Amino acid sequence: MSLTHWLRVWSYFPVLLQGLCVNLSLLGGLLGVGFLLGVILAILEVYGPRPLRILAFGYSWVFRSIPEILLLLLMWFGPARFGLEISPFLAAVIALGLRSSAYQAEIFRGALQSIPVGQMLAARALGLSRPGAVIYVLLPQALRLSLAGWGNEFAVVLKDTTLAYAIGVVEVMRQARYIGSREFPLILPAYLVVALLFLAATYAGLFAIGYAEKKLRIPGLEARR
Amino acid sequence: MLLRVEELHKRYGKEEVLKGVSFSLDKGETKVIIGPSGTGKSTLLRCINRLTEPDRGRIWLEDVEITGPRVNINRIRAQIGFVFQDFNLFTHLTALDNVRLGLIKVKGLSKKEATERAMAELARVGLADKARAYPAELSGGQQQRVSIARALAMDPKLILFDEPTSALDPELIGEVLAVMEELAQSGMTMLVVTHEMGFARSMADEIIFMEKGVIVEQGPPEQLFRTPKHPRTAEFLRRISDLYGGDQ
Repeated sequence: MSLTHWLRVWSYFPVLLQGLCVNLSLLGGLLGVGFLLGVILAILEVYGPRPLRILAFGYSWVFRSIPEILLLLLMWFGPARFGLEISPFLAAVIALGLRSSAYQAEIFRGALQSIPVGQMLAARALGLSRPGAVIYVLLPQALRLSLAGWGNEFAVVLKDTTLAYAIGVVEVMRQARYIGSREFPLILPAYLVVALLFLAATYAGLFAIGYAEKKLRIPGLEARR
Repeated sequence: MLLRVEELHKRYGKEEVLKGVSFSLDKGETKVIIGPSGTGKSTLLRCINRLTEPDRGRIWLEDVEITGPRVNINRIRAQIGFVFQDFNLFTHLTALDNVRLGLIKVKGLSKKEATERAMAELARVGLADKARAYPAELSGGQQQRVSIARALAMDPKLILFDEPTSALDPELIGEVLAVMEELAQSGMTMLVVTHEMGFARSMADEIIFMEKGVIVEQGPPEQLFRTPKHPRTAEFLRRISDLYGGDQ
């Protein structure tokens, strides 16, 4: 791996960056899907009636058990089998989002269960309905307590977006592969640049989450570590 | 009659905590429930706004049966204040927001109206200057006063106090009792579970002595403290006075 290769690979930097942007879009989509479903699942697991609780736990079990790559392939080939054409990008967002929702649900569930029962009692005593108490009292506390665990999930799924490579999403890994197939000696430098991009993205993300944690901190409401 | 409780029963597993409790409360009255720990006093309070579901018995708030089948319990609870032993202020909200939450989300007041009302109630308990403080930044006594303001803001017909000073350091009890005394004098209807015999004696219109899930005796404080009819009442009062010193 000579210096010239290193210099040459930088001429492809914009392409790789473009690829990373696809990963970041995947990340945004899957975290969004995962967050929405995760919050709903967590609420069902903690406060739902028994059948829904069992259903939520079943969901959580399924999506934490199946390998992600398999989820991706199923989501890519599955709908097509029934004549439903979805883009590889959308398939990846759904597959990875469903999986993330199962993990996020566990984070939120733990946070909800760590809140003293008196909070719910006080909310109900005021005349708030059960959903009202969850929305206005329990969730705002639980989400703050979840931030640290959520940062961990972020770091994991950021890397998982590269799995979309397997179903043909033109993300950063595939861009690196293209570079390598055009000029084979550049394959290793290209992969190393991708590694650097992920180092930077993870750092930036965790920094932002740390900042949010600090901004949203409320005295007396801290995750007990 | 503002509150009427008839033949209330509650069982936790094998243990029957309430074994048929009946009493009533008139508007403006303060009744104090005393008795040994674990005799169902707190359970009784929680049954009244159905934070705990009674197994049997009926409860009326004015002419509405709280225990009725089609009652809107949230609407009833909004009319019954509840002050907890450990305050249970909402941890993530400032004192002001703690008092405002019910006004906005339950009573549907505008933010401006709710703020005015909440500030007035905080001023009433002497904490207007702490409106922006979070619960963790307040002393126990201040937290309990905020929780009383939170109950008051809802314009309740009745406030239930569940050992409101039991979690407080001794030097903080006085400020909470002072607020409660002011309330009692202002004509608020109050049902108070407490071990503070001084408060019971001076503020209660009537004292209810409970033991082992039943009301043993009830009557005006002077009569109950001076000439208790039941030997169990006399025994309890003697033990309390041994414990807390010469209040008798």
